[in-house]
Amino acid sequence: MRSLKPLVPTLYIVFLMLPIYWLLNMSFKTTNEILGGFTLWPHNFTLANYRTILTDSTWYMGYVNSLAYVLMNTVISVTVALPAAYAFSRYRFLGDKHLFFWLLTNRMAPPAVFALPFFQLYSAIGLFDTHIAVALAHCLFNIPLAVWILEGFMSGVPKELDETAFVDGYPFWKFFIRIFLPTIAAGIGVACFFCFMFSWVELLLAKTLTSVDAKPIAATMTRTASTSGYELGLLAAAGALTIVPGAVVITFVRNYIAKGFALGRV
Amino acid sequence: MSARTVNQKAWWLVLPVVALVAFNAVIPLMAVVNYSVQETFGNNEFFFEGVRWFQQVMQSARFREALQRQLLFTAIVLVIQVPLGVAIALAMPRTGIGVSICLVLMAMPLLIPYNVVGAMWNIFALPDIGLMGHGLIALGFDFNYTRQPLAAWITLVTMDVWHWTSLVVLLTYAGLSAIPDAFYQAARIDGASKWAIFRHIQLPKLKHVLLIAVLLRFMDSFMVYTEAVVLTGGGPGNATTLLSIDLVKTALGQFDLGPAAAMSLIYFLIILLLSWLFYTVMTRDDAK
Repeated sequence: MRSLKPLVPTLYIVFLMLPIYWLLNMSFKTTNEILGGFTLWPHNFTLANYRTILTDSTWYMGYVNSLAYVLMNTVISVTVALPAAYAFSRYRFLGDKHLFFWLLTNRMAPPAVFALPFFQLYSAIGLFDTHIAVALAHCLFNIPLAVWILEGFMSGVPKELDETAFVDGYPFWKFFIRIFLPTIAAGIGVACFFCFMFSWVELLLAKTLTSVDAKPIAATMTRTASTSGYELGLLAAAGALTIVPGAVVITFVRNYIAKGFALGRV
Repeated sequence: MSARTVNQKAWWLVLPVVALVAFNAVIPLMAVVNYSVQETFGNNEFFFEGVRWFQQVMQSARFREALQRQLLFTAIVLVIQVPLGVAIALAMPRTGIGVSICLVLMAMPLLIPYNVVGAMWNIFALPDIGLMGHGLIALGFDFNYTRQPLAAWITLVTMDVWHWTSLVVLLTYAGLSAIPDAFYQAARIDGASKWAIFRHIQLPKLKHVLLIAVLLRFMDSFMVYTEAVVLTGGGPGNATTLLSIDLVKTALGQFDLGPAAAMSLIYFLIILLLSWLFYTVMTRDDAK
């Protein structure tokens, strides 16, 4: 029984890696080889697909646009969520429980419901096809999540820390920025990770709110797939490259990744 | 938590969050409510229709079928992912380099854009050039998800299990690491079996994270859109047309704003109601 135990995660990881392997496999093939028949590894190994994407601006700008609005969203979400999470974790105030639940209900709003009104709203205020529009729209689900995670981490910090600082005469903002934020650095990292992740993977709203200037990479992929037949090799390479930013971010926060939820409340 | 002091000025701290979320949530939601009670023939002319669209949606067989498919999909996904995720988390290593490797590799599917997940599985399951489709046929199964409704469902569910089980694993793992060693030592002294340890020590301690996992998985599987559309497009026929797919077809495909808006509100209310039910049932014991 003891020797069988590592088998479960191993099998699971193999299952997870198979489709990713298949994507990488295709990204190193020519489209002809992909459509020509079933091969387990690339027989005519080529980097042409990656070269096309990294040299053609209509392709690589997609990554730049996506990263731009994802980073904006992460900064906005976490910045406004920090004081709010502090309020929820330290104080009782009129309607706090209802407010917390109302925030969470926005995590339950299907993007499909909001796609059309979002398009009209952001067109009306003249932000259509800008990075900030997508960054703001993604706040709908990322702010509640960031508040939720940060509140969990903050509640793990003893209240005596605040009280001592106030007795010592620290003004609130000075205490908050100089002392409190460094103590929950891990929590901020986790919140940033989840905001980054959910903004990076979302497509429906990002696609609805952009046309040319701020077009996300995921939308670039759908267009190319439908107009010029199926450029499968290119599509696979573009898909493989979308995994890279997430993989980089996760290696930084792996040890803290899910602790925020374990500490928090619902 | 109980030591929180009353301080009405705390409202200033939550104000930016309220403003931003309200801007994104209340204005579009009011627009949807507005559409849901009116008829339009273009030219910005609107006529008040009352609850007609709601009646039409509630009575339509198309909506009922999409809702049934949605409930079935969510139920299957929860029944597979939650126990599987817990089992994997229990079997994961507790210390050493193995932990990092497991966490990084397992989190990978969570970080891939939804449409890439759909496109990936679309090809992976193809009978001629996909590893899964080709492999199943080589094993003697007649498998073609673009033609057979059952095969389409199997592919859709497998994709979702692949995509999201790791979330349950990560949450459960975090919950398990928060259990102090003293609990296990006490159990060992009492000679408790593995099952007894799970049932009486691990499961009660995991309650909180499992609640979050079930809620998140419920909401997200109920809202699933992009992956499913890219994978099957709702087909073959309407076999995998889930609620969100049907909604977007109505709203953007046929531009029936009124019925689409009414459907959106009903959809949102169902999610709210079911989430509230889950939450109440799962936390009922704490209240006693």
